[in-house]
Amino acid sequence: MKHALLAAALALLLLTAFQPAARSWTPAERATLAALHIGRLDAPPADPSNAVADRPAAAALGRQLFFDARLSANDRVSCASCHAPERGFQDGRPLGEGLATGSRRTMPVPAASHASWFFWDGRKDSLWSQALGPLEDAAEHGANRVQLVRLLAEAYRPEYEALFGPLPPLAGLPAAAGPLGTPAERAAWARLPEAQQQAVDRAFANLGKAIAAYERTLMPGESRFDRYVAAVVGDRPADEAALSPAEVRGLRLFIGKAQCVSCHAGPLLTDQHFHNTGVPPRDPRRPDPGRSPAVARVLADPFNCLGRFSDAPPQHCEELRYIADDDPHLQAAFKTPGLRNVAERAPYMHAGQFATLEQVIAHYVSAPGAALGHSELARAGQRHAERAPIALGAAEAADLAAFLRSLSGPVCERGRPC
Amino acid sequence: MRRSTFLATAAALASAAYLTACGSPPRDLDLSLKHPSTQGLFVVTLEPPATGPVLDQIQTWQLHLADRDGAPVSQARILFSGGMPQHGHGFPTRPRVTREIRPGVYALEGVKFSMSGWWDMRFGLQAGERTDTAVFNVVLDDGRHRS
Repeated sequence: MKHALLAAALALLLLTAFQPAARSWTPAERATLAALHIGRLDAPPADPSNAVADRPAAAALGRQLFFDARLSANDRVSCASCHAPERGFQDGRPLGEGLATGSRRTMPVPAASHASWFFWDGRKDSLWSQALGPLEDAAEHGANRVQLVRLLAEAYRPEYEALFGPLPPLAGLPAAAGPLGTPAERAAWARLPEAQQQAVDRAFANLGKAIAAYERTLMPGESRFDRYVAAVVGDRPADEAALSPAEVRGLRLFIGKAQCVSCHAGPLLTDQHFHNTGVPPRDPRRPDPGRSPAVARVLADPFNCLGRFSDAPPQHCEELRYIADDDPHLQAAFKTPGLRNVAERAPYMHAGQFATLEQVIAHYVSAPGAALGHSELARAGQRHAERAPIALGAAEAADLAAFLRSLSGPVCERGRPC
Repeated sequence: MRRSTFLATAAALASAAYLTACGSPPRDLDLSLKHPSTQGLFVVTLEPPATGPVLDQIQTWQLHLADRDGAPVSQARILFSGGMPQHGHGFPTRPRVTREIRPGVYALEGVKFSMSGWWDMRFGLQAGERTDTAVFNVVLDDGRHRS
């Protein structure tokens, strides 16, 4: 009798150990997993503000511009300097390094086209408008728009004019001028007639539209996690070994009590929205206000969806027209980064505050109060009105970190081998 | 006076907090899209677009406002607030009631859900002398509406 009981217990143990992964997930969990699979990622949503967004000729021109270091004050900074293809289109540094050191972490480009708001604070509302920002930022490319339009005329005239029509006449334009540049460049800009300023602005905007068309071709490819999910959802055992037992335990935490999937949702593992999770500021004396001041900036931006250089009719600018401009939760809130290839791009957070994934997880467990605004996270032992603390033991944190390392995969450029 | 009462009600709506333990919505959540307003002055119906609630798309919903006898209530002033009670954040957009489409039917534009889970949609209602509030709950499961 005793032996029979032991045998039954052993049989049960063996059954559990060799149970196909698909059957270890509930139908609800399987639905959650399916929603994270890369196959759920559609083509980039249409950008009505950029008429050339999906023109191959625009992507080809944009690709050349993306890698051209002449788009800078010293001929040494291109978009690819920080968005390096060999590093998944980011730079691996805590803060961006162009002509000087920036104040935030370089964001990866692949699948950026799926966002509604750009930069960590969402101060731009299209990929093309985003591309214009670093070009004139003194710490990044340090270029000015007249210099850039001159470069278009000298190096890219046929390609540009085939897409956008004639470039503005260069006669009467100074070598360098722009509204955001050095005092001399600003003074030269102020001296230009308004019509000439607008003609330069239009060509400058078109430069951004070509770069955006190229960036729209960059998408993440399949990871081990995706192969595992395909097996689970398709009830196939073949690829269940794509994840180790520790990684599967980490995945269970990711969609369960670690609450990661609350914000890291969908096939890009981001809700594309802004959250204050109490990440400590790099400089405690000057905490970064994040999203809140960016709302006024994007509304006032001449290169926004409602501006004269946008190709969209106003009714297609719904994100801007219905922008959340009065939400106190947006103070010191930053955009949720997607987690595809996250293990390949330490350090983490909006200013590279954490060196490792383990430190990131430890932050969410300790849930410190925010230096500015209020953290959405609940702290252990504290009563929190809205949500439970993220309680993870050391072994669970290690499993979760292991799972995050399974999200790595190639970056694919549309039309090229991946 | 009436105006300040209305605004105070709207502010109370906006700052209302819930007590829930964890990530899944409460089991007894009222998911009805037609019910009397909080004080019973109106009957309010919230109508999603034909597609139902969809993640990551800006949608226009409709609010039907009627009196207790079912007669449409026109020229009402309607304020919206809402968000995810379990996450402590509002809508990613600022939805607004923009116009009265036909008597008693109002367009709520700019509605966007950025995450699956429990969202609340709260209305401050003012029609003539009458002010009231109405609250609806919507749960999105991986982009699908639970009802």
